[in-house]
Amino acid sequence: MRSILRQLAVALALFWVVLSLTFFLVRAAPGDPVTFLAPPAASAPELARLRASLDLDAPLAVQYGRWARDVFKGKLGTSFVAHRSVTSVLGDAIPISLALGGISLLLTFLIGVAVGSVQGAHRGSRTDSALTVLTTTVYAAPSFWLALSLIALFTYGAARLGLPAWMRLPAFGVRDPAGDSGLADLVRHAILPVLTLTLVGAAGIARYARTAVVELLQLQWVRTAVAKGTPARSVHARHVLANALPTLLILFALALPGVLAGSVFVETVFGWPGVGRLMVSSIFARDYPVVVGATVVYAALVILANLAADLALPLVDPRRRT
Amino acid sequence: MIAFWRGASGQTRTAVIMLLALALGALLVPALASTDPLAIGDALALRLLPPFSVDAAHHFHLLGTDSFGRDLFVRAMLAGRLSLAVGIAGSALAGAVGIAIGAIGGWEGGVLDRLAMAIGDVLLAIPRLVILLVCAALWPPGATMVITILVLTGWMGVARLVRGEVRGLRARPFVEGARAMGASPSRVLWRHVLPNALAPAIVAIALGVGSAVLLESGLSFLGLGIQPPQPSWGNMIADGRELIVLAPWIALAPGVALILTVLSCTLLGDALRARLAGDEFETMRARS
Repeated sequence: MRSILRQLAVALALFWVVLSLTFFLVRAAPGDPVTFLAPPAASAPELARLRASLDLDAPLAVQYGRWARDVFKGKLGTSFVAHRSVTSVLGDAIPISLALGGISLLLTFLIGVAVGSVQGAHRGSRTDSALTVLTTTVYAAPSFWLALSLIALFTYGAARLGLPAWMRLPAFGVRDPAGDSGLADLVRHAILPVLTLTLVGAAGIARYARTAVVELLQLQWVRTAVAKGTPARSVHARHVLANALPTLLILFALALPGVLAGSVFVETVFGWPGVGRLMVSSIFARDYPVVVGATVVYAALVILANLAADLALPLVDPRRRT
Repeated sequence: MIAFWRGASGQTRTAVIMLLALALGALLVPALASTDPLAIGDALALRLLPPFSVDAAHHFHLLGTDSFGRDLFVRAMLAGRLSLAVGIAGSALAGAVGIAIGAIGGWEGGVLDRLAMAIGDVLLAIPRLVILLVCAALWPPGATMVITILVLTGWMGVARLVRGEVRGLRARPFVEGARAMGASPSRVLWRHVLPNALAPAIVAIALGVGSAVLLESGLSFLGLGIQPPQPSWGNMIADGRELIVLAPWIALAPGVALILTVLSCTLLGDALRARLAGDEFETMRARS
């Protein structure tokens, strides 16, 4: 119990440091957001008024104090561009990213672990080598390049190759602006983004999972189990998989940042209005409060995933209970 | 070096040959090419030629041409200079910083060590791409900026590995022997401990070149890294994005060079790991 509280406290402290770091990083940058927001003909007093209205004229320490107070109240400021609260701007984007990232993360994990386990269990076989070549190549490909390849393949390519009409997939947006807006349409729009994110993530996870399974299979008690005549299926389920659970949990926490980073590109390429695309567009618009807000969301997810893995480890591995 | 080559697997040899070919191509092709990769010539006649085509002036275009009629192969090789340089410099410098911090922290211990590890934890809590995006957006883009951020966000993994090794070596008999012979603490650290602690760090740095190249290309793809007209693999892919349906080779061709580079770095890193026999899982974690 005490260790759980301690881990919670560490996670919270970490989160606060990340928040503050982002705040100061953004304020330390050259370039005045006011010059981006005001019309070019604005006079000096008008600029000063705008600066005061955005709370950018106070000393840094005062700005930090006010900002910290607001954060405790759950407020992250007002977007310079949308003129709405950052929480509501993020509130629109987060469900889209969570749905896209969540489904991709789940598929990434299932496919990655399955592929890696097959490779590890049949190490050195032809299947293993073929899958290694495949995963290493996909792992080396940037997600935006994979996204563009899939678009080329499933739009123009599908038409050229004479593939059936249902294989010509939409390459942009969440919904069909003209046609029906049912679930089927949403799913069709989601196929390419989810496929891109899953391919990149699963390739990475398969590499880890293969290593983990190979290491487990070499352990002495696994050899003992095999030697005493335990059926292979039973060895894999009872001896290998049960002992792989802690590793799998760590893998899950490790997979998250990759999927998050990939979602920035995938959302940008496919025009999904999620947190990643919001972050990129806010960066170009010098919309500091939204940039800070999006960073906070990403940091919170990573910290939460690591915390969840830390807390779940003792549940699956009695040796870690203290 | 020769011993490494003799003992290398086919996989390692392929990786080394691919990297050498890319580096040589990046150095020589733009210098020897008959067309200028930056100049825009007769754009109407030359633009959007598919791969393996020959134009009216009998110039062969291996990867085709872009929407301004510039040869994509020459441009991709020119881009390779910058992308490779940024990737190698970013990973090597980050590794050097990580080795220094990890070695001193692991050897001395104390407040500074804990502080460095705490800063590392904070930086690891934010996805690296997000830090890169924020910094790239706030400071003027360019190669120096990208390398600086790669170093600032890339030292933690190596520092942790080296710190762990150094702490493990501190109590070993040969270290005590060196101290008993009267060697100063800094001499013991640099001459006796560190050379034995570097193996996992070298693997992480080799693998890090690949991820640094990927991150640079990502920033440039979003328009926050290397700026046109200077080509980099990332901004070349971004150039082809609008024409992905009409002329897919513009976006896909530079990606092939990029993938080959990252693939070679990964294969080389894996081979080094097998050779240096580090803990496979730990070095993989340090990379992410």
